[in-house]
Amino acid sequence: MTAHADIAHGETAHEHAHPGIGTYVKVGVILFVLTAAEVAVYEFGYNHAGAGFGALLHPVVIPVLLVLSALKFALVAMFYMHLKQDSRLFSSLFVFPLIIAAVVIVALIALFAYHYAFQKLIH
Amino acid sequence: MAPAADHATTTGLDSRKMAIWTFIGSECLFFASLISTYLVYRGKSLVGPFPHEAWTSPAGQHFEPILEIKLVTVGTALLLFSSLFVVIALNGAQRNRRGQLLTFLGLTIMCGIFFVGMQVYEFTHFVHEGLKLQTNLFGASFFTLTGFHGTHVTMGVIWLITMFILALRGKVTPEKALNLELAALYWHFVDVVWIVIFPVVYLMK
Repeated sequence: MTAHADIAHGETAHEHAHPGIGTYVKVGVILFVLTAAEVAVYEFGYNHAGAGFGALLHPVVIPVLLVLSALKFALVAMFYMHLKQDSRLFSSLFVFPLIIAAVVIVALIALFAYHYAFQKLIH
Repeated sequence: MAPAADHATTTGLDSRKMAIWTFIGSECLFFASLISTYLVYRGKSLVGPFPHEAWTSPAGQHFEPILEIKLVTVGTALLLFSSLFVVIALNGAQRNRRGQLLTFLGLTIMCGIFFVGMQVYEFTHFVHEGLKLQTNLFGASFFTLTGFHGTHVTMGVIWLITMFILALRGKVTPEKALNLELAALYWHFVDVVWIVIFPVVYLMK
């Protein structure tokens, strides 16, 4: 019981070591830059895809947008939602459903892609 | 005040924080189902208006691409700033800095209200342009996904306004900062959902 209480106390103390305003502002600036990068990728990759940088970017617009989005997601979860500092139990409560959610999205897309492909084949 | 001092829990973690994280976990699955639906029906609409392409109806009516990227980028930036503001407000609550708490909580609420306003304007504009829930698969999946997100933002704004009133009455003390932290966690979740929706709906063609 004592050992358990010690662990609990340790987690509580650890839980409260949240970052300072400086870190929050730095993360905010990075998030803003990443959002600007997303819009730039959209603009160059689709609207200026004819030549130069846009032509290079065009085939990889979707993967690049997914990576930028994942980076922003991770930054908010780690620093603003304090998962980097808080108990790992909170991270598990968030990450486990997140994995199921990702699997659901991929499975449904695959299932319907197969369905549409099959429909095309028989018509 | 340590969470364990309020009431003992087997994990040593505050049960209210466990509850909000469990709720957020369940919300991940809720939004995953809506995002999957949007992606599954993406590009499957038989009639316009379409998100990124112009369309002329058999009756000769011309429709421009319907999404307004510039407007939504501003809304996205506001939501990101609001996440920054709410953590600074929480920092103020934890350190008993009342001015910091009230200023940044107020700014968070303003950003939230502007975001909801942006979405109301966008929806109204779409309806005037001829895109309704029943128009095509894009309309159905778009309004359902972004509408549910907007509802979540609205609930978050109401929660934050409640916290602001409590803060004005001096009831958001360092001992009770966890109450604001729970609202902030919900607010950040609404933000991360938008971080996924923004590229998926608006930026991917």
